Amino acid sequence: MTYIAKPKLHHPSLAKNAVGYTRRDYEGKVSTLCAGCGHDSVSAAIVQACWQLDIAPHRVAKLSGIGCSSKTPDYFLGASHGFNTVHGRMPSVLTGANLANRELLYLGISGDGDSASIGLGQFAHAMRRGVRMVYIVENNGVYGLTKGQFSATADRGSVAKKGATNTDTAIDLVSLALQLGATYVARSFSGDKAQLVPLIEGAMRHGGAAFIDVISPCVAFNNHAGSTRSYDYVREHNEAVSRIDFIDLAPDQRARGDEDVILVPQQDGSLMRLRRVKPDYDATDRIAAMNQVLALAAAGEIATGLLYVDPQARDMHAGLNTVAAPLSRLAEAELCPGRAALDKINAGLR
Amino acid sequence: MSRVEATNDFVVKFANVNGSGSASANELFAKAILRMGVPVSPRNIFPSNIQGLPTWYEVRVSEAGWLGRRGGVDMMVAMNPQTWAQDVAEVEPGGYLFYDSTKPLPPEAFRTDIHVIGMPVTAICNATYEDSRQRQLFKNIMVLGALSQLMDIEPAVIEKLFAEQYKGKERLLDSNVRALHAGREFARDHLQEGLGLKVQRADKIGARIFMEGNAAAALGCVYGGATVCAWYPITPSSSVAEAFEKYCAKFRTDPETGQRRYAIVQAEDEIASIGMITGAGWNGARAFTATSGPGVSLMTEFLGLAYFAEIPLTIIDVQRGGPSTGMPTRTQQADLMSSAYASHGDTKHVLLLPQDPKECFEHAAAALDLADRLQTPVFVLTDLDIGMNQRLSEPLEWDDSRRFDRGKVMTAEELEAGKDFGRYKDVDGDGIPWRTLPGTHPSKGAYFTRGTTRDPYAQYSEKGPDYLYNVERLLRKFATAARLVPQPVLKPAAAKTRLAVIYFGSTAPSMDEALHALAAEGIHLDGLRLRAFPFPDSVRDFIAAHDQVFVVEQNRDAQMRSLLVNELEINPAKLTKVLHFDGTPITARFITQAITRHVHALATAPRQEAA
Repeated sequence: MTYIAKPKLHHPSLAKNAVGYTRRDYEGKVSTLCAGCGHDSVSAAIVQACWQLDIAPHRVAKLSGIGCSSKTPDYFLGASHGFNTVHGRMPSVLTGANLANRELLYLGISGDGDSASIGLGQFAHAMRRGVRMVYIVENNGVYGLTKGQFSATADRGSVAKKGATNTDTAIDLVSLALQLGATYVARSFSGDKAQLVPLIEGAMRHGGAAFIDVISPCVAFNNHAGSTRSYDYVREHNEAVSRIDFIDLAPDQRARGDEDVILVPQQDGSLMRLRRVKPDYDATDRIAAMNQVLALAAAGEIATGLLYVDPQARDMHAGLNTVAAPLSRLAEAELCPGRAALDKINAGLR
Repeated sequence: MSRVEATNDFVVKFANVNGSGSASANELFAKAILRMGVPVSPRNIFPSNIQGLPTWYEVRVSEAGWLGRRGGVDMMVAMNPQTWAQDVAEVEPGGYLFYDSTKPLPPEAFRTDIHVIGMPVTAICNATYEDSRQRQLFKNIMVLGALSQLMDIEPAVIEKLFAEQYKGKERLLDSNVRALHAGREFARDHLQEGLGLKVQRADKIGARIFMEGNAAAALGCVYGGATVCAWYPITPSSSVAEAFEKYCAKFRTDPETGQRRYAIVQAEDEIASIGMITGAGWNGARAFTATSGPGVSLMTEFLGLAYFAEIPLTIIDVQRGGPSTGMPTRTQQADLMSSAYASHGDTKHVLLLPQDPKECFEHAAAALDLADRLQTPVFVLTDLDIGMNQRLSEPLEWDDSRRFDRGKVMTAEELEAGKDFGRYKDVDGDGIPWRTLPGTHPSKGAYFTRGTTRDPYAQYSEKGPDYLYNVERLLRKFATAARLVPQPVLKPAAAKTRLAVIYFGSTAPSMDEALHALAAEGIHLDGLRLRAFPFPDSVRDFIAAHDQVFVVEQNRDAQMRSLLVNELEINPAKLTKVLHFDGTPITARFITQAITRHVHALATAPRQEAA
């Protein structure tokens, strides 16, 4: 696992995309997350999306907060600059990075603790500012890195591995993002790569604040006997489609639902029902999206797919009316008014 | 009864109600004297309030050029009934009380040892103006007129200031001029007992400018090339960001497209403010925030990250009274410790300590260079006294041949040529590693920035030796910082002395005056004005060269003295505290008295044995 250095050699026959990279060029270090962690599937989906979109890896900046999910930027896009910031504050750092250089693609990776608990404020304000970014929350309802405490997205009544029952209402980040003005809002499941990869691609092409809530189960704290996420169960069902060190649960999960519904087993033995939005769903209607999300939630299901998009989205730079060139590249001539202007200022202050 | 008689050397204090339009009239008073070539130093003493609470404006007139707060009031212009008693009490014996005599006051409301000048301003205004707003506003101008008559302030000077202020608004100009002259005529005809405080034309201003430190710091950020400003409103720093916006709108807007070569974000809090400038600094833009003590408290987690991940950023901390929300509209130098050692773990930060608007400008621009050069947070610690008061200052200077020091940023060409890149590797011996900016090269130079320990090549590591390498290198970098920051300014005594004084920031003008006064009494001290932390070797040498060193500062806990003791391992007994921390700016009188007392005590104390 983590002590094994990844070979840098590529098989010569690996397919290259339009900008000359193989899929392996989009990979990062070997993951140090638990075997079977849904987060690794999200990393693989990001790799796939970037490769398919012909994005040069170094033109991506990946940022995260603190937590299991926030470790993942080290495990994809190894040729991109990454920044593992402080807990709950990735949005502000990403905002500042974007202010400095609007030309890069900003990928923010966060978790439910990072975004819905400590970082809820920054999550909200980044959405309402329209920061152009792909903001992915790898949502498992628990704090993995500190061993199994509830997060703010855990459902009321759900039971933790250690037996505690959550009595607080869950925060739905999708509903918040819709309400706060995000212009691309989607939800998916780490085990549903066929759905997730296109959603990430759409977010990367989007011109404003794009948010994807990815239900990403935690194997370590959902590992008790009888669970379909126990370590043995996962190993037995490993499809080994991974190009990095991850286990894709998608085929198994799909077998458990009809075409439009995916059932995800929960820690307490119940099933989470993810319902894909219908093909005729109008994703450009924010109010309809909010209704859909709430209606399904009332029926005990979770809406997945592209829930809302504003194809004409404007971003923060449009609001600030900044120049097209990255601010980080402006030099003295463009920034410093010079001595003559200062002499005039002095003259006006006497 | 004695009578204060003074020309070009006195203190006038205006007691007003916040929001009554007094501020602009008061500023005209100060500026008119300035235009007559006589130095003034005004200070706003204001409440945390928008309308209704008491506010004061204290103007020191000093042909000798002393710009610190003097202490004592020679004339009170008492326009606020709420604070009448305390205002009357504050006047020096033999001084003057100017008041609105529209409503008769009982004799016990006055003092017998001061001269009272009554003017029924409200009555005059009510008789002259219909509109209630005009009645209020012109009241201030009529008082200004009367004072100008009594003090021999040239009316043409005030009229010229009006003309500048109301350019293009001729109607306003005319009515102001009329009110001014109405006030002058009243004083000429009815206040014959006169006033012993006079202004006489001089030539003591030279090329100096009259400016608030906050505006100067903002301008320093413009000249220093800051492109990203993220901030959260907090007194007394808000006007830094606002002035930055004003100057940028003027100087950084593309004339053809109207697009901006700057970005200003009013963040949701100070945590987001510093988060944004951390992201911008990481990504190669020069970025700053402006805040005050409580804001710095909120920023401390990020400061630890920025220190350890080595991100350039600049914080302009306009200090105010603490702790907690403390005295938000009063001045202190009380954020030294909380800034110098801000954050968890072993952290130390660079602090710059400007004394006036000129240095606010210079230090702000220097901070942006130093942050890039040192790849670390740099504080500019100013305070309310410098930041929110107009101060007479040497003109701002800029050398057009000056280039931004962007520090050690490895280019795509250097990476392509095979230059070794170790993000946290000390290759130059100064503790400062090289960095790359995101997006630089397709396959070389990318690294993962983290707050956790890593090896010199930015690979995650929890090995002790890797940790030691990093944090010891950071100490070497801090030693480099001591050589790069603005160096202390020595002010040697006229006579050889074993006594010395260390001071910094807004204490400087009062200290200059105190040193002069002390020397006149035969107490000679060598002065050292600190301009930055960490301290260069010259500070240690200076202390070593004296027997006793006073450390004058505006906080309760002698924070600068603690830094000196802690960083230079100075024997605390050698450093005597001189502390002023009631929220008012320190005065020369206070310093002179405190040092005189200590010196007399030292003279009578048994001599210390040589170590």
